[in-house]
Amino acid sequence: MELNTQAAHQLSNLLKEGQINSQDIVDALYRRIKATESRVCAYVRLKDTSLPKLGYPQDGVLSGIPVAIKDNICTEGLVTQCCSRILEGFRPPYDATVIRKLKKEGAVILTPKTNMDEFAFGSSTENSFFGPTHNPWDLRCVPGGSSGGSAAAVAADEAILALGSDTGGSIRQPAAFCGVVGMKPTYGRVSRYGLIAFASSLDQIGPFAKDVEDAALLMNVISGYDSNDSTSVNVSVPDYSMSLTNDVKGIKIGIPKEYFIEGMDPEVKKIVQEAIDKLKQFGAEYREVSLPHTEYAVPVYYIIATAEASSNLARFDGVQYGLRTLANSPSGQLMEMYKKTRGDGFGAEAKRRIMLGTFVLSHGYYDAYYLRALKVRTLIKQDFDKVFADFDCIITPTTPTPAFKIGEKVKDPLKMYLSDVYTISANLAGIPAISIPCGFTKQGLPVGLQILAKPFAEEMLFRVAYTYEQNTNWHTAKPKV
Amino acid sequence: MAISQETLKHLAHLARIELKPEELDTLSGQLKDVLDFIDKLKQLDTSKTTPTSHILPMNNVLRKDSPDKSLDITATMGNAPQKDGDFFVVPKIIV
Amino acid sequence: MEYDVVIGLEVHLQLATRTKAFCSCSTVFGNAPNSQVCPVCLGFPGSLPVLNETALDYAIKVGLVLDCIIQEQTKFDRKNYFYPDLPKNYQISQYDLPLAKNGYLDIISENKTRRIGIRRVHLEEDAGKLIHRQNNSVVDFNRCGIALLEIVSEPDIKSPQEAYEYLTELKSILGYLEVSDCDMEKGSLRCDANVSLKEKGAGELGVKSELKNMNSFRAVKEALSFEVQRQSALLTSGGKIIQETRLWDEKKSETSPMRSKEEAQDYRYFPEPDLPLFVISEDKIQKIRESIPELPKEKMQRFIKDYGLSEYEAKILTASKKDADFAQECLGSYPDKNKKILVNFLIGPVLSEANNKNCIVVALGIKPQDLLELLRFLQQEQISYLTAKIVLTEMINTKNSAVNIIASKNLIQVSDSAELDGRIKAVIGENPKSVEDYRSGKVNALMFLVGQVMKKTSGKANPKVVQEILKEKIKNA
Repeated sequence: MELNTQAAHQLSNLLKEGQINSQDIVDALYRRIKATESRVCAYVRLKDTSLPKLGYPQDGVLSGIPVAIKDNICTEGLVTQCCSRILEGFRPPYDATVIRKLKKEGAVILTPKTNMDEFAFGSSTENSFFGPTHNPWDLRCVPGGSSGGSAAAVAADEAILALGSDTGGSIRQPAAFCGVVGMKPTYGRVSRYGLIAFASSLDQIGPFAKDVEDAALLMNVISGYDSNDSTSVNVSVPDYSMSLTNDVKGIKIGIPKEYFIEGMDPEVKKIVQEAIDKLKQFGAEYREVSLPHTEYAVPVYYIIATAEASSNLARFDGVQYGLRTLANSPSGQLMEMYKKTRGDGFGAEAKRRIMLGTFVLSHGYYDAYYLRALKVRTLIKQDFDKVFADFDCIITPTTPTPAFKIGEKVKDPLKMYLSDVYTISANLAGIPAISIPCGFTKQGLPVGLQILAKPFAEEMLFRVAYTYEQNTNWHTAKPKV
Repeated sequence: MAISQETLKHLAHLARIELKPEELDTLSGQLKDVLDFIDKLKQLDTSKTTPTSHILPMNNVLRKDSPDKSLDITATMGNAPQKDGDFFVVPKIIV
Repeated sequence: MEYDVVIGLEVHLQLATRTKAFCSCSTVFGNAPNSQVCPVCLGFPGSLPVLNETALDYAIKVGLVLDCIIQEQTKFDRKNYFYPDLPKNYQISQYDLPLAKNGYLDIISENKTRRIGIRRVHLEEDAGKLIHRQNNSVVDFNRCGIALLEIVSEPDIKSPQEAYEYLTELKSILGYLEVSDCDMEKGSLRCDANVSLKEKGAGELGVKSELKNMNSFRAVKEALSFEVQRQSALLTSGGKIIQETRLWDEKKSETSPMRSKEEAQDYRYFPEPDLPLFVISEDKIQKIRESIPELPKEKMQRFIKDYGLSEYEAKILTASKKDADFAQECLGSYPDKNKKILVNFLIGPVLSEANNKNCIVVALGIKPQDLLELLRFLQQEQISYLTAKIVLTEMINTKNSAVNIIASKNLIQVSDSAELDGRIKAVIGENPKSVEDYRSGKVNALMFLVGQVMKKTSGKANPKVVQEILKEKIKNA
C-alpha cells in the first residue's frame, strides 16, 4: 500500500521499526501530489516551494511525519500569504508557536502551503487568490472552507496530517465535506501566536486527520500554554491518546432541537440520526435539549467576526510588507497608496467583510450592532452552560447540507453565511468541537457528525468520536480521484 | 437596512479601500441583505445582559520587564516594499 | 467683553520601563533605526501583545499619587486609524475603563493653592517616528510600542501661567516616582492643550481649539497666551471660533491650523480581544502605595522643619528626587546644627556646576562625604570660599578628593598674622592713596587693599584675617 494513504500512527510504527524512512513518505506524497493536484488544487505556490527540510529529532512524537500547513500560519522564511494578493511574497521572520512545537517533535513541515479562502473569509475555498480547491469526492463540488485545501489534501491522501484554523467552522465544515476528521479546540487551548488573525476572540488552530487517533496525536503536540499569547490558557494538556477508548456507556448526549429544522437536507438528517442511534447501541443515552438562541448565532458572528477582522486587516497597507500600489499622482500620495493597495490587494469577500465590520463599529452604530452582538454572545454561551450542566456532550450534524457545487453560493454572500449555522455557535461559546465522517449521501458525498463538549473537555470528544469510529468504516473510505 | 452610497463611500474611506463604482453598487445590495438579516437581533431584549468581550474567565496575563533580543535588521526589513538603508520608506507626508 | 479662559491639558508620559508595553524589546534611546523591534511592535501578521507588568505598576503608582480612583477592573481597547507610524493601524489604548480617574493636582498660582482635577490616567502604546525628507517620509519603529501614560486634566486651568505651574508640578512629582524622565525636550513628556474662552460668568463653554507641537513648558505657556489673544480678538470682532487642531510654530511664535486633521476622526473603539481583563486587587494597590517615596512637597516641608531651611532654599534642593536624596544625606551628616554653609554651597557652586554641565548634581560624581570633607576646610576657615569653589571644580574634573587637591596644590590659606605681617605692611606701603581713601571713609579702598594682599600671597591669605590686620594697622599707623 502506498505510504501516503496511511495514517500518521501507522507510519510512525513503520518508521520506528526501520522499515521506511521519512524521505520515503515525502516521496510518496509528492508522487501523489503530482498525480492529483491538477484536479484537486489543495496546495498553493507548488512551483515556488522548495523541498521540505528532513533533518529532525529522531525521538519526537511526530518524527518523520509530514504535516501540511494552512497558508495563514506563519512559517519562518516560507511564504505565508493567507491566499491573498495583498500579502504576496510575505516571508515571516518567525515561526508560529504551533510550528515550533511541531518541529520540536520532529514533524516535517511541508513547504507548499494549503489553499484557503482569503484571510479565512469563506466557507468554500472559492475566495482564494489562487482559485478554488476541488472536493476529492466530487471535483465539481467545493471542499468547504476556509481550510478547504487542508481538508482536501488529507482526504485525497496528498497529506498525512494537516493544520487548519477555525473561526466559525473553517476546520469542521471542510472536514465534513471531505470525509475526514477535523477539530476545533477550546478557545485558548492552542496558541494563536503566528496565526494571521481573522477574528481574535474566535480563531483557533486545529488538526485535520484521517482518523481520530491521528487527530489526538496532533492535538497532543500543538496544545498548551504559550506566554506569547495572552489568550492562551494555562491549563495542563492531558495525553489525548488516553481518551481513545471504545466506550460510551452512560455518556449523556444532548440533541438540540434547533439543529434539526426545515431546510435541512433530508439525507443528512437521516444519516446523522443513524449515527446517534449507533452511539445509543453502545450504551450512550440521548435526549432532546434546547439551545434557544441558535437562530441568532449567525448574525452575532457576522457582527463580531467582521468587526475584529476589519481591525486585524488594517495592517495590510503596503508600508512594511506585501503588495504596495503607488499613487498615479504626486499629491495625496499616502492616502492613495493605502486605498489603491487595499483596493487591488483584497478580494471581494475580504472587502465585503471589512466594510461590514467597519460599519458595525462606526460612530452611531456601535451600540445597536457591536455591543448588542456581545450581549447576545453571552446568551448563546449561557445556552451551552445550561445544557452541559446535565449532559456530557452535544451532537449535531456538522453542516445542513453536503458539499455544494463550485459557484453555487459564491455570488450570494448571505446564502453562504447561513451554511455556517451549525458550527458557528461553538466559536462564540469558546467550546471544543470535532467533526467525524458518519456516512455518504446517495451522490457519494460525505456527511459529518459534530460532537461538542464544554471547555477543555476535548477528552470527551475523543472518547465519543473514537468509539463511533472504531465501530464503523467511514474513515477508511477513499475518494476515487 | 439599506446603506446609502454616501455612507458606503465614508466606510470605504475609513477602511482605506478604493472601490470601483461597480463594486460600490454590488456591495450596496449585498450589505443591505446582510444587515437586514442581522437586524434579527433587535428581536431580543438584551437590556439586562452583560456583554461578553472576552470568552475566557482569565485575567491579568503579565510579562516581566526584562529585555529580550530584538529582530536583526535583515529580518525586519526583509519584506519591505520600499526601504532606504534601515528605514521604511513611504510617500512624503505633508503635515 | 471679558472672557474666562478655560484650559485642559493632555500629557503623554513615556514610561521608563526597560521593555516596551506589549513586547520585550529594549526601550533604550538612541540606537540604530529599526534595531529595537520584533514582530509584536512591528505589527507583523500573527503577532500578539503581552502586557508589561512594570508598566501597569507605574501607571497605578501615578494614579495613586494623583489621588485618583484606581479601577478594580480595567481593560484595553483598540483605537483604529491609519498612519505609517502605527504599524497595526490601530493603537492599543484604553477607552471607557481607564486605569485611574477622578483625581487632582494642587498647584500654587499667585500664592494661592489651586486644585486642578485629573479626569483620567490610562495606558497606551507609543507610535514609531516619522522623519520627513525632501521627496519621501521614512519610519523608524524603535519607539513604537513603548508604554505611554496619558494624563488628562479637567478643564480647570484658568491661565497660561497656571498651565505652566501644572506642568512643572506634575514633572516634579512624577520625577520623584522615577517612572519617567519627564523630559519635554527628549520627548518623554508631551503635552497637548485645549483652550476655549467663555463669557465671564457664563455657564456654557466656548468652542475649543486643540494645540499641538509645543516642545517645552515655556512653549506651552506661550502657545496658550497666543491662542487666548487670538480667540479673544476674533470673538470681540464678532467672529466665531472653529473647533480645530492648531500647531504651535516656535519660530513664528504663532499657532496655525493643522491641515490634515480637518475631518473628525471615527476611531471605532472596541475592546482589545488579544488582551484579557486586568483585575487590580486592594493588595496590589497597597503594595504600590507603600513603595511611593516621600514626595517633593513633604520633603520640602521636612527640610524646612528639620534643618531650618527657608522655603526658597528647600524648594531648590527638592526639585529632583535624586538631588533631594543627595541633599538629604548631606544635611543629615553635616555636623553643625546651622546648615547655612552647606546650603549656600549646595545652592551656589554645586548647582552651578551641574547647570554648566547640563546634568543633575548626582551626575557630577561627587559623593556627600566628599562634599562634606571639602566643607570642613571651609568651615574651619582653612580655605576661602573662592578656593572651595576652585577645589570643587577640580574634584569634579579629576575625581580626586578635597584633601588630596588641597594638599597637592598647597591651598590651605594662611591665617597666621605673623606670616602675613610682612606682605600686609608692603601693600600698605605701596598703596598710600588707597590707605588715605579708606581713612576718609571709602570702604571699597579697604577691599582693594585686601585684594592686593591676596595677589601677593597668590590667593592663599585668609581674606578675613587680612582685612582685620589691615584695619588695625591703618588705624594704628
